[in-house]
Amino acid sequence: MARSRFLGTKINPSRFHKSQIKYLLILSPLVAFMALPLIYIFNVAFKPLEELFFYPPRFFVQRFTFSNFVRLFSVTGASGIPMSRYLFNSIMVTVLVLFFSVLFSTMAGYALSKLHFKGKRIMNEINTVALMFVGVAVMIPRYLIVEQLGLIDNFFVHVLPYLAIPVGLFLVKQFIDQIPDELLDAARIDGASELQIYSKIILPLIKPAIATIVILSFQSVWNSADTSTVYINNDNLKTFAFYMNTLTSGTNGVAGQGMAAAASLIMFVPNFVIFLIMQSKVMDTMAHSGIK
Amino acid sequence: MMGKKKHSVSSAKKKQQRIAYGFVFPYVLMFSIFIIIPVIIAIFLSFTYFDTVRAPSWVGFENYIYLFTSDEIFMQKVLANTLKYAVIVGPGSYILSFMLAWILAQLTPKVRTVLALIIYSPSLTGGITMAVLWRIIFAGDSSGYLNSILLRLGMIVEPIVFLQSQDFLLLIMIIVTLWSSMGVGFLAILAGILNVNQEMYEAGYIDGIKNKFQEIIYITIPLIKPQMLFGAVMAIVGTFASAGIGVALSGSNPTPQYAGQLIVNHIEYFGFSKYEMGYAAALSVVLLFFVYLVSRFAYRLFGSKD
Repeated sequence: MARSRFLGTKINPSRFHKSQIKYLLILSPLVAFMALPLIYIFNVAFKPLEELFFYPPRFFVQRFTFSNFVRLFSVTGASGIPMSRYLFNSIMVTVLVLFFSVLFSTMAGYALSKLHFKGKRIMNEINTVALMFVGVAVMIPRYLIVEQLGLIDNFFVHVLPYLAIPVGLFLVKQFIDQIPDELLDAARIDGASELQIYSKIILPLIKPAIATIVILSFQSVWNSADTSTVYINNDNLKTFAFYMNTLTSGTNGVAGQGMAAAASLIMFVPNFVIFLIMQSKVMDTMAHSGIK
Repeated sequence: MMGKKKHSVSSAKKKQQRIAYGFVFPYVLMFSIFIIIPVIIAIFLSFTYFDTVRAPSWVGFENYIYLFTSDEIFMQKVLANTLKYAVIVGPGSYILSFMLAWILAQLTPKVRTVLALIIYSPSLTGGITMAVLWRIIFAGDSSGYLNSILLRLGMIVEPIVFLQSQDFLLLIMIIVTLWSSMGVGFLAILAGILNVNQEMYEAGYIDGIKNKFQEIIYITIPLIKPQMLFGAVMAIVGTFASAGIGVALSGSNPTPQYAGQLIVNHIEYFGFSKYEMGYAAALSVVLLFFVYLVSRFAYRLFGSKD
């Protein structure tokens, strides 16, 4: 009897059991709190102008319209640069960051996990300490470095600071640790070079970890307005996140809200879609995320 | 056999070492330029006076002494705000992520996936990007959602200017940060709980565990210590990294009456508004050291070594 009670409330159950109802009851207000702002922004984004002026304000949109998006795309900033330019910059930056951050951290993760070289242990330790690194704390020295390197107003300043993500490398390395050495040794005996092992064996096996870096990098670079604010003066080179911030901090009026919400939605949706596609892979990676 | 092949083995080793350096080089280069060197520069600058125009001049510990003895805004507002914010948001988001993850683990996979997605989604863009939305909800006139609800319920007579208010700004910052804090750490803990071997629980119940609480204390947490530590480090870092939220919400730095001023804003203010780079660097060093100390505490709790 005791055993059946235990099975009824076990972790990761495969079937619904009435004992789960209490958990759903506890979760529902919290989940509602998490979801409400997102539902809200969705509704504001599709509200026509006159509904934004309703008093008292109503939560749900009554007449769906894309007018906020149309206005957002047609309005050009104070500098006369169309929004599509910012969007294009953001997409370029994001693609470059994703490609290179995946490349760099999988390469380094392979070496740190499976190859023998002097300094490996200390590098692993430094990277683990760097998990605690708070980037905003060193914005001033970073600015000085970027200035010295001549990267102010250079397109690549959007990309370079985002390529070394300690959390990304850490997760990849942990994931590669799970791959048995025998597999790699067998390939070496068959004459495979390290580069072949990396590209033919490691990369296909660590797809979940790659998906995770993609998500982490995407979040940090797509959402970042700071780079444009701090390092870029040329409006042609600024990104969509920056544009959205000027839009939202500049317009406090009710009419601006619709556009701001539409812009927020454009910021949010790609994050969400990417995570949705990759979520099961991310969970695979996270199972190996522990710091021992 | 090893003896005979010694030469070729060691040259193979050397070769592998060279290849390994090649593999880590790009990462190490970027890591050095944007993480290691900035930290070193910050430590160096913190002992200097530097206004970006003239070369830095050595001042010893003056910045630190000023910081802890004479910077009244730092001691009275910034430090107090940062502590209050960090003490609530850090452990708060951590405990919340464990609780939510644990409850989610008790549900069937489909329900769990949907709910986990909803809980995780605010962290996708983070509080700062979503500041616009919170600014509408907390807007200071009667068009603000919260104000309009409170007015209709008759709980207030006139709208509260939440985001410029000394009483509310920090509280709102805490709520917004908690809202967006169920990120990577939360996922790690959830994955950890789901991967605990089912037999461990069965054995635990045979050994006399009686309820869910004991199950958590004696089985779940000890078995997912590594994930708990990862989650803790992520919670600590997330707390300090999201500290720009006050400026994003109130629209000004310094925030009104310094109500939402945190160390990060103070750094930005001294560095980019007053061009006192040396002093700002000292603040950075204090912040990094603080994060490091708190993380060490987490290591003490959950780490397996030292």
